[in-house]
Amino acid sequence: MDKVSRKITQTTKRKGSRKNYTKNNFILYFFLAPAVVLVFIFNYIPMYGVTIAFKDFSPIKGIMGSEWVGLDHFMSFMQSPNFQQIFINTIKLSGFELLIGFPIPIILAIMVNQLRRAKVKKNIQLIIYAPYFLSTVVIAGMLFIFLSPAGPVNGILTLFTDEPISFMTDPSYFRSIFIASGIWQAAGFSSIIYVAALSNVDPQLHDAATIDGASLLQRIIHIDLQALKPTIAVLFILAIGGIMGVGFEKAYLLQTDMNLPASEIIDTYVYKRGLQAGDWSFGAAVGLFNSVISLVLLITANTIVKKLNGETLY
Amino acid sequence: MKFKNDLVNNSKTDRMLLLLNKFILILLVLIVTVPLLYVLFGSFLHPNILLTKGISFNPDDWTLDGYRRIFQDGSIMRGFLNSIIYAGGFTIVSVLFSILAGYALSVENLAGKKIFMIFFIVTMFFNGGMIPTYLLIKELGMINTPWAIILPGAVSVWNIILSRTYFKGLPNELKEAARIDGASDFKIFLKIILPLSKPIIFVLALYAFIGQWNSYFNAMIYLEDQSLYPLQLVLRDILIQNEVQPGMIADQLARAEIQRIAEMIKYSSIVISSLPLLIMYPFFQKYFEKGVMVGSLK
Repeated sequence: MDKVSRKITQTTKRKGSRKNYTKNNFILYFFLAPAVVLVFIFNYIPMYGVTIAFKDFSPIKGIMGSEWVGLDHFMSFMQSPNFQQIFINTIKLSGFELLIGFPIPIILAIMVNQLRRAKVKKNIQLIIYAPYFLSTVVIAGMLFIFLSPAGPVNGILTLFTDEPISFMTDPSYFRSIFIASGIWQAAGFSSIIYVAALSNVDPQLHDAATIDGASLLQRIIHIDLQALKPTIAVLFILAIGGIMGVGFEKAYLLQTDMNLPASEIIDTYVYKRGLQAGDWSFGAAVGLFNSVISLVLLITANTIVKKLNGETLY
Repeated sequence: MKFKNDLVNNSKTDRMLLLLNKFILILLVLIVTVPLLYVLFGSFLHPNILLTKGISFNPDDWTLDGYRRIFQDGSIMRGFLNSIIYAGGFTIVSVLFSILAGYALSVENLAGKKIFMIFFIVTMFFNGGMIPTYLLIKELGMINTPWAIILPGAVSVWNIILSRTYFKGLPNELKEAARIDGASDFKIFLKIILPLSKPIIFVLALYAFIGQWNSYFNAMIYLEDQSLYPLQLVLRDILIQNEVQPGMIADQLARAEIQRIAEMIKYSSIVISSLPLLIMYPFFQKYFEKGVMVGSLK
């Protein structure tokens, strides 16, 4: 009894003098400090640095000293002969990846969820997660090994055709290779979240539906998919927001001089023009162009999904 | 149980579908495992055999030469050590700072909480991009130092939000009780909250470590000395750039032979570099799944 009353006084006292409370836990600001400092340095200062996109930056003059040039770099990017191709490559690569790659983990989760025996289910999941733990470099290296003209894939193909296909140098294969390997690597792991959501579905729902004569497919559509809807919505918004920045590390590794017509995307272009060629302002402008599109896409997707089913990210 | 099963798969089409489902899943398991096994076997085969015969189970065709050459050269081993330092340092900074900030933001009526939240969340939607970040790192004199790998990106706003959500889920009575007993916020955090937070700490650490371990890009743009290269950058030289590390072919002169050895070394280096994670992750499966669940709470 004594404890309870003390607790009550304590609470009222605290609510009474907020200032006092804040003073008591000023230590919490020390807890916040390192994160705030690091985020300020590594996230906010580059946001200021992005002003070089509107300047003619030279390392000697510094950001402050360089002259303003307005939208010159944006214009020269949009008028450059590569612009259309790079822009379309980016949209196509990530658009197709989203279109094909997004539904697969959902289907996979529904399939895995149909397995009755817990042990089998767990082992299958364990195996299909495995490629997620390989690095991008290893995945790209494996692709070069498997798809080289003397590699095993061509070894099988040449049983049926005469000429080996040189997958890695032919632009027409780039997107398929990129997307298929992405699915191979991540679909299993991405299905975890959906499997988890499905495990929360009350089995009685399924039993009841079965008694009412619902077929397996009907139950999947009306029970399982309904249960997944909120998760799908949130992940979809995130995927749309990430569309312009997708798979840059892998695209760069899979680039060969020959497949550039399909593999040059905005981010790899920023890297080459900005960092490798030292065209700082131009690179920053292209990068900014990309982030603005991402931001617009994210907000649009969020608005649309919100209208459709009330699920939102923020 | 039997009754229930009959009840659930009542129609013939349903049973066919379930069978088809199992069949496809077995196929998928094969699609995942066969390439991995191919690389594993390939790493033990004489390079000529793999090219002419493919996978061979004849012990005469087997060799450990690829592995011997990797250990002889040492660049992969040095990469391993560097990666452990980078990924370890990154994980410590990332988890420690995210958890501290997450805890502070989970405390109710912390003055200015809203401003801090906005400060963090803005960075999820907008960033300066590659070039301004690079110029900053250069300005800070971090080029060609491990700090360029460890510090930028270590504090992930996503992690702060995840840990904040976790702390908010802990029963408030615990904190209240300790406060009544006169414990300071620091003591409450250290003695009560931290011991209860092992799962979230573990999950965040796991994801941070693996993410850093498997990435190469920052290292590629910020590090110049080969002696500082993390494992993934050494692998990139071997697998993508087709560069043969001099120590691996010290004894070979013929160009064609060097080419073949280089091929074999690719297989062995994939195995050596991927094996640690592939062996360890099954033990952490529970935590990965937990991590995803925590993430979905938002």
